[in-house]
Amino acid sequence: MPASRATNPATEPSAGPKPVSRERYLHMDLLRLLTCGSVDDGKSTLIGRLLYDSKSIFEDQLEAVQRTSLSRGDKHINLALLTDGLRAEREQGITIDVAYRYFATPRRKFIIADTPGHVQYTRNMVTGASTANLALVLIDARHGVIEQTHRHSIIASMLRIPHMVVCVNKMDLVGYSEDRYEEIRADFESFAARLEISDISFIPMSALHGDNVVERSDNMRWYQGAALLHYLENVHIASDRDLINCRFPVQWIIRPHSDEHHDYRGYAGRVAAGVFKVGDEIVALPSGFQSRVKSIDHFDEKLQCCYPPLSVTIRLEDDIDISRGDMLCRPDNRPHTGQDIEAMLVWMSDQPMQPRHKYALRHTTRAVRCLVTQLKYRLNISTLHRDLDATQLGLNEIGRVTLRTTQPLFFDSYHRCRTTGSFILVDETSNTTVGAGMILGPA
Amino acid sequence: MHELARYNLSHLQVLESEAIHIMREVAAQFERPALMFSGGKDSIVMVRLAEKAFRPARFPFPLLHIDTGHNFPEAIEFRDKLVEQIGERLIVASVEDAIKRGIAAEDPGPMPSRNRAQIPTLLDAIERHEFDALFGGARRDEEKARAKERIFSFRDEFGQWDPKNQRPELWHLYNGRIRKGEHIRVFPLSNWTEMDVWQYIAIEEIAVPSIYFSHERDIVHRNGQIIPVSDFFPPRDGEQVVRKTVRFRTVGDMTCTAGVDSPASTLEHIIAEVAAARASERGARLDDKLSEAAMEDRKKEGYF
Repeated sequence: MPASRATNPATEPSAGPKPVSRERYLHMDLLRLLTCGSVDDGKSTLIGRLLYDSKSIFEDQLEAVQRTSLSRGDKHINLALLTDGLRAEREQGITIDVAYRYFATPRRKFIIADTPGHVQYTRNMVTGASTANLALVLIDARHGVIEQTHRHSIIASMLRIPHMVVCVNKMDLVGYSEDRYEEIRADFESFAARLEISDISFIPMSALHGDNVVERSDNMRWYQGAALLHYLENVHIASDRDLINCRFPVQWIIRPHSDEHHDYRGYAGRVAAGVFKVGDEIVALPSGFQSRVKSIDHFDEKLQCCYPPLSVTIRLEDDIDISRGDMLCRPDNRPHTGQDIEAMLVWMSDQPMQPRHKYALRHTTRAVRCLVTQLKYRLNISTLHRDLDATQLGLNEIGRVTLRTTQPLFFDSYHRCRTTGSFILVDETSNTTVGAGMILGPA
Repeated sequence: MHELARYNLSHLQVLESEAIHIMREVAAQFERPALMFSGGKDSIVMVRLAEKAFRPARFPFPLLHIDTGHNFPEAIEFRDKLVEQIGERLIVASVEDAIKRGIAAEDPGPMPSRNRAQIPTLLDAIERHEFDALFGGARRDEEKARAKERIFSFRDEFGQWDPKNQRPELWHLYNGRIRKGEHIRVFPLSNWTEMDVWQYIAIEEIAVPSIYFSHERDIVHRNGQIIPVSDFFPPRDGEQVVRKTVRFRTVGDMTCTAGVDSPASTLEHIIAEVAAARASERGARLDDKLSEAAMEDRKKEGYF
């Protein structure tokens, strides 16, 4: 074990989660975060440190890691082993898939999507980014901002992750130098000016030694900001949802066919955006029929209103024909309706995407088929350079495309609404998910 | 559990809403789903979530119990009462039967468990009933291999999971397309932790089998673990049977579920105990201790 200010997992007697009072627990909110970086940046060590120092690691899990570390001949308890779940990953010492980790503090519950950093795993990072509120981008202080940092930041920006924390890691290896930290920070800021990320913070740290992870570091008194965990516990996420533009994709029709509930007809689904209240005027798409919200049901409760991401059952004053894949919204605020769509597409399959190919497409609760009508350009995700001559998209490549669908979709730009602005493409022969799309608008 | 004064949601409300969305998506995308019901707390929570997803209509799927025949009697009694109460259909696939029919075998190993024999029994039930989607109560916090599994997890015609070749799963868009003979395992509780499950049981006032609470029972100490003594799992030579106050953190096959020395007799006690716990939940499952990759191997073969 290297000399360390932080606690030593091997000798620390109590490694169980902190008790959380029930009252607190019921008011904790949920933060989903994504870690971007490679094993070399100390990403797994950082996650291991967060889990360990927040006492989210159990004794038997720690013992298993200790045993494995010893048998591999590691010099210290390898916290990275806590996160590498598959046998191939443990053997090769790399992370090859998205792994989800959970920890909680008295303020918040956290879900970490731990994704590999190398370019061949871009699709895994996109997957983890699709549901994240916050991205942790790791930079090795010795190497500074590198191509991989650009790539991770561009993906985080494209997937519209609202908050980003740049962790300048391994500060111990640059003598905890403030100058070095400021240099990296300036470098990153000049690059990030070209991206659309509204909230960026920087934290100098050493994940290995625990500096500025859970506790403020004594080794970097020049740093006035918060330690990472404090930041994660306090970053304001409630405003990340869209509470204005009402969108309710109908997922399932509830018709009991029983004597007791003879006339019950409920539209079940998850609110994508906006606030729906009892009495509100709504319009159903594609029919265009209008009605009012009669009741918002949630099992044995009747709600006065519902908002994202609640799953509810909405009943209407009038008996109109609505089925799965339809959408409820407000008459004066409707999404785009159309069959021609322009989108950024992330390709996730070994079989390249070629224009004129047909795929199955899933958007909200709608399943249609589509034809890729045009590949406008391929984006270099390290430089943002647009290759206008590209004729196809290979695995892990991103491009701007136009699509024509067999049925109209009810959509918004991804920029406005993640749920009504996203879709996946599925190969109709292999049935695997081959593409992830973010809608720019009607084509 | 909804306080609608503010537009904020607690993490439990978000998890509940996510799980309901997943269940409705399965109902819409598949023809013959089933909910795997073990009588354990996770599957009991799934039943409550299904009620929230589909009431006042009936569930658009039956419950499926893979019965090892080595159950805690309390769990079976609980199962039958719950099924009657909710008025849903229960299908029981018996490991005992499967062994008699020669499609499963008793484990000859040092710990005679029917855990492994559940796999062919389940796969046989899937084939016979032509199930195309199965809800499981597994959570990603339970075990390292599970931390990587998708919410919609593809199984080939042999019921196998291929961890290296999983479908990307983005946003909340789930791809349930399969060919005949293949199926999808669906895990609505993927993002829940053991603590979340207990808290949810407490605030929703959901009944669970009595063995989760402390009670007196005949046990033996074996390899540092508390093993319940039963007809299928008698004490070995030299082992001393003692009467102790214990409880169980999981309701697995009785032959492979170790107890914990605990006075927790209420949900509040259990929640406090989970919060202070120093051993993970699956630490009490003898079947996972066999090797570091034990779970990954069983999952590849078609385990829950």
